[in-house]
Amino acid sequence: MSLVREPDAAQPVPGAPPAGDAGAGSVWRLIWQVFLQNRLAVVGLGIIAFMILFCFVGPLLYHTNQVQISILQVTQRPSAKHLLGTDNVGYDVLGRLMLGGQSSLEVGFAAAILASVWGTAWGAVAGYAGGWLDAVMMRVVDSILAIPYLLVVLILATIFTPTVPVLIIVIAMVSWLVTARLVRGETLSLRVRDYVLAAKAAGVRGRWIIVRHIVPNVIGTIVVAATFSVADAILLLAALSYLGLGPPPPAANWGGMLSNGLNYVYDGYWWLVYPAGLAIVLTVVAFNFIGDALRDALEVRLRQR
Amino acid sequence: MIPYIARRIVQAIFVVLGVTIIVFIILRLLPGGPARALLGPRATNQQVQEFIVANGYNKPVWIQYGTYLGHLIHGNLGFSYHYNQTVDSLLAQDLPKTAVLVGLSYLISIAVAIPLGILQAVRRNKPIDYGLTGLSFIGYSMPVFWLGILLILIFAVNLHWLPPEAPQGTTIGAILSQPSGLVLPVATLSIITIAQFSRFMRSSAIENLVQDYIRTARGNGLSSGAVLFRHLLRNSLLPIITLVGLSLPATLSGAVITESVFNYPGMGLLLWTAATVRDYPVMLGFTVVVGAATVVGSLLADILYAVADPRVRYA
Repeated sequence: MSLVREPDAAQPVPGAPPAGDAGAGSVWRLIWQVFLQNRLAVVGLGIIAFMILFCFVGPLLYHTNQVQISILQVTQRPSAKHLLGTDNVGYDVLGRLMLGGQSSLEVGFAAAILASVWGTAWGAVAGYAGGWLDAVMMRVVDSILAIPYLLVVLILATIFTPTVPVLIIVIAMVSWLVTARLVRGETLSLRVRDYVLAAKAAGVRGRWIIVRHIVPNVIGTIVVAATFSVADAILLLAALSYLGLGPPPPAANWGGMLSNGLNYVYDGYWWLVYPAGLAIVLTVVAFNFIGDALRDALEVRLRQR
Repeated sequence: MIPYIARRIVQAIFVVLGVTIIVFIILRLLPGGPARALLGPRATNQQVQEFIVANGYNKPVWIQYGTYLGHLIHGNLGFSYHYNQTVDSLLAQDLPKTAVLVGLSYLISIAVAIPLGILQAVRRNKPIDYGLTGLSFIGYSMPVFWLGILLILIFAVNLHWLPPEAPQGTTIGAILSQPSGLVLPVATLSIITIAQFSRFMRSSAIENLVQDYIRTARGNGLSSGAVLFRHLLRNSLLPIITLVGLSLPATLSGAVITESVFNYPGMGLLLWTAATVRDYPVMLGFTVVVGAATVVGSLLADILYAVADPRVRYA
């Protein structure tokens, strides 16, 4: 298989250096088409769109009090007044699901973006520099990867008060590693390509080569890794909340709602468990669907060139 | 092969050193400084001052790190003020129990995931493949703690088949003597691992199915069962070695949650308790040991792989 592909890969990539021109544009259109052929990915995209609308536009239409607890109406069954009932301190569960989703999605997206930017910079610099710097930078990645991420996050969450911004940074600190490794691997093969060598010979500085020629060509890998990072971050936030180290109330997130509801699981209060649990599973599954489809679609791009 | 293994060993040594540096940095970050964190909130200021002098925490940072590393090399991981016990003895007590939990889960996961992945590859894009793919997506998208509690709800509360709590006891023997209590924790950890492994097996089997050696074997008139077992299975087993090494940190993270759900008296439960009472000596000591163990584990996996598969050494 690789024997077939290699002669193609050695040929100059049509319009590769400036990633935005016509040739590259048609490649991205092709990726989009292949992506849309994947029904699961379209379903995933639909779920994410729904969740974003639900969490960020929903509260404008469905007004609830998510600040004051109301001790007189705790654990009420779903009714016309509270469509998904109330929780153990009297918050409306449907409204809380929207509020909790906001922080779950915010943490997921922000941690993934932060991790992607940092991981890309780290991996591209290591791969482009090579030699000692590469070895040292990659051993740093290996060292952090060796420690179970939950341990690192657990310790960091005990040192700093786990507010949403702190959790975003903490989760990003353990999720940039895979991106860094992948980007470094691709940079190693990109830095000996003709257009990079040409830029180097023309006296372009290393920093500019990385930004202009390396990063645009690994963007696919970065996006795939970032998609999976969002899913992992949402699950990690849920795990932290279960261990009691999530954002403290009155802040809410799906993981915190789920683990709180599980305290009442033997009382039959299903509306405290399943809505939050299903929201997590649906969202994480959706991101995994999209990530898988993107990976397949980008392999098409590799085959194409 | 020798140069490859030598290079990997040197790398592993640096990675272990890296782990100790990370833990040392965290130690320096701890609120109130390292001496306060290691002695606990009840230590008097005088004790803290004496500890600082006795352990060299008033000296330059690199000397502090050297002292710290010296302690580690001599097997001194610190003293837990919450348990009033050395971290070493806590580790000796609890790590084997977690190893039992994780080891059993790996055995079951491998035994289930390999045939499952091959089945999916052979029946690719058929209803059974879609069904199993869907299940594995749900498997690794589910919060571990919810999965554990759902299993308790179904098999312990509703069906009364199994106890809801993990076996209690200080020794491995005591835990293994109550196998019924082990079923649910091991199942919880296995389900998420199977979900990951079977996806991996599926794609690696699909890749192998189009290889020349499979076509040759088929062309030579070998029955499809024999092709699957003698050729495909053997070639698909190899990547599992790497997969186990790679997934170890994630599985140990899952074990922390599983142990706290089932009250399984292992390392994860101890760590969680340590985190809730801010018992930093325990958390940091365990982090160093687990990190080093993971490095050694993946080193062994790589060496094993190089021994088993000649393509790696020459790559």
